[in-house]
Amino acid sequence: MGKVVYKVGDDVSTDIIYPGRFMATVLPTETPQHTFADDSDFNGKLNAKEIPAGSFLVGNENFGCGSSREQAASCLKGWELIIVAKRFARIFLQNGINLGLQMIVCPNIEADKGDELEIAGDVLKNITTGKEFKITPHPPARQAIIDAGGLIAFTRTRLLAEKKS
Amino acid sequence: MGMTYVQKVLAKACGKESVAVGDVVEPEVDLAMSHENGTMAMNQFLKIHEGTGIKPDIWDPNRIAIIFDHRIPAESAKTATNQKNLRAFVGDQGITKFHDVRGDEGGICHQILPENGYVRPGGVVVGTDSHTTSHGALGAFAFGIGATEMAAVWTLGHVLNVEVPATIKVNVTGKFPEGVGPKDLILHLIGKISSEGANFKVLEFHGEVIKSMSTSGRLVICNMAVEAGATAGIVPPDEETLSYLKDEAGVTDKIVIFSPDADAEYIQTVEIDVSSLVPQIACPHTIDNVCGIDKVAGTKIDQIVVGSCTNGRLDDIETAALILKGKKVNHGTRMLVFPATWRIYRRAMKLGYIGDLSEAGAVVCNPGCGACLGVHQGAIGDGEVALATTNRNFKGRMGNPKGFIYLCSPAVAAASAITGVITDPRGGK
Repeated sequence: MGKVVYKVGDDVSTDIIYPGRFMATVLPTETPQHTFADDSDFNGKLNAKEIPAGSFLVGNENFGCGSSREQAASCLKGWELIIVAKRFARIFLQNGINLGLQMIVCPNIEADKGDELEIAGDVLKNITTGKEFKITPHPPARQAIIDAGGLIAFTRTRLLAEKKS
Repeated sequence: MGMTYVQKVLAKACGKESVAVGDVVEPEVDLAMSHENGTMAMNQFLKIHEGTGIKPDIWDPNRIAIIFDHRIPAESAKTATNQKNLRAFVGDQGITKFHDVRGDEGGICHQILPENGYVRPGGVVVGTDSHTTSHGALGAFAFGIGATEMAAVWTLGHVLNVEVPATIKVNVTGKFPEGVGPKDLILHLIGKISSEGANFKVLEFHGEVIKSMSTSGRLVICNMAVEAGATAGIVPPDEETLSYLKDEAGVTDKIVIFSPDADAEYIQTVEIDVSSLVPQIACPHTIDNVCGIDKVAGTKIDQIVVGSCTNGRLDDIETAALILKGKKVNHGTRMLVFPATWRIYRRAMKLGYIGDLSEAGAVVCNPGCGACLGVHQGAIGDGEVALATTNRNFKGRMGNPKGFIYLCSPAVAAASAITGVITDPRGGK
């Protein structure tokens, strides 16, 4: 269970999540400080460590559109946020999954800032409103990467298998 | 049931007779491109090998391209160090398609790849840049991936877990009116189907307008396919593709081209007649916020940008130079021009375009991506308005979340530079 700490609208681009001017920062240990850098309130709370791991960020349609910059996923992963959206843009979704960021596709989600959410199997429960919303499962190809613990581990296993054969 | 163009490419890349939409495949990669963010791919690549006892050697030094273009020459010590580390990696691994910060062979990756003949029809191209969709203009299945996915490609030589995408057929008919072209077409299409209208899908372009379009124009429409969310844009290769590769890219080996099957299944067909299309403008802050120029004509502009992987080719520079020759950039407006590569820059110099633009008051900068994404040169001030031939108008894009960006064709940009307000380039309109 976690709280919705941030709620955003449609078409939130990777330029908003991780502005281009910080793109020379590449290490996953250093990217989190610039998360939503142009929103000084939310960014300030993150950097003040006021947002606990497992908190929810709720987006709407086309979340993560735009650039392929992986920092947009690695910064969110750094804070261990859970990202819920009606629909994600393709590259951002794949980047998040590759890095082990928890991404929930929930086409009918209704949740406001401050609501308590809980993931229960294939359902996302809004404890505050008492409503439940169906989660769209990731296709098996993406789920396999999640199950492996991310694409690094997934690829390492494949590499070892190929070298053996 | 027949196959779409991308199904055919993927079947070939997987050594299969056919693939169906939704199949999960692991296509072999023909070209894997990164720019400065190859630093991240490099870090992840080394991490994959950690603890395996396997020496971290890339799968094929001839099929990886590294092009420095986002921040050149380096704007900070951090970037310079990233570039230094990646340059050393390129040397150690023997990567052959490396374009450093150089005035002879440097430039923006999405123009370097086609003009050097690195992209071939029917190939699979991946790049750690969303505008990798550009290379569909030459009939490759080309798509953007993240750095970790690239590290997996460098390790294994194929892309893991690609779902065969459904394809939207875009049939473009009619004839462009004077002053209207490929950029207006793609902005119009994005406005029509929305910024996620093609998410997880491929846009396959057909029709007489595409047939008679130059490779430069095809690069514009495929470049911005991603702005409709598309995994890739595709122009099925034809005689134009073959002559571009031979004459412009200097490719001498034999190239086999193929077409989608006549009975291929498309998830959707979009019909566009360009005969009555007017210059299109994407207004702040989303790319699908598109209107005809009449609606926003007269809007005051602080900075004009002509360039980027979308519109920095010779025909774009030529369009701007011909409009501005003998005229002046309005004194309330700044104009920046970024030719996409140094090859284009030199040709534009020989043809006198650079001189014409400079005399008009435009600042012709070195080829690079910096201004488009606000990482290097050309930032806009609080409340300022930019009119750009680039591909994104997201809030914060040109280095300032308090700025406003309109997107347009090179003709609109140049005509507006003279007046200082958004101006229709069509004479007398």
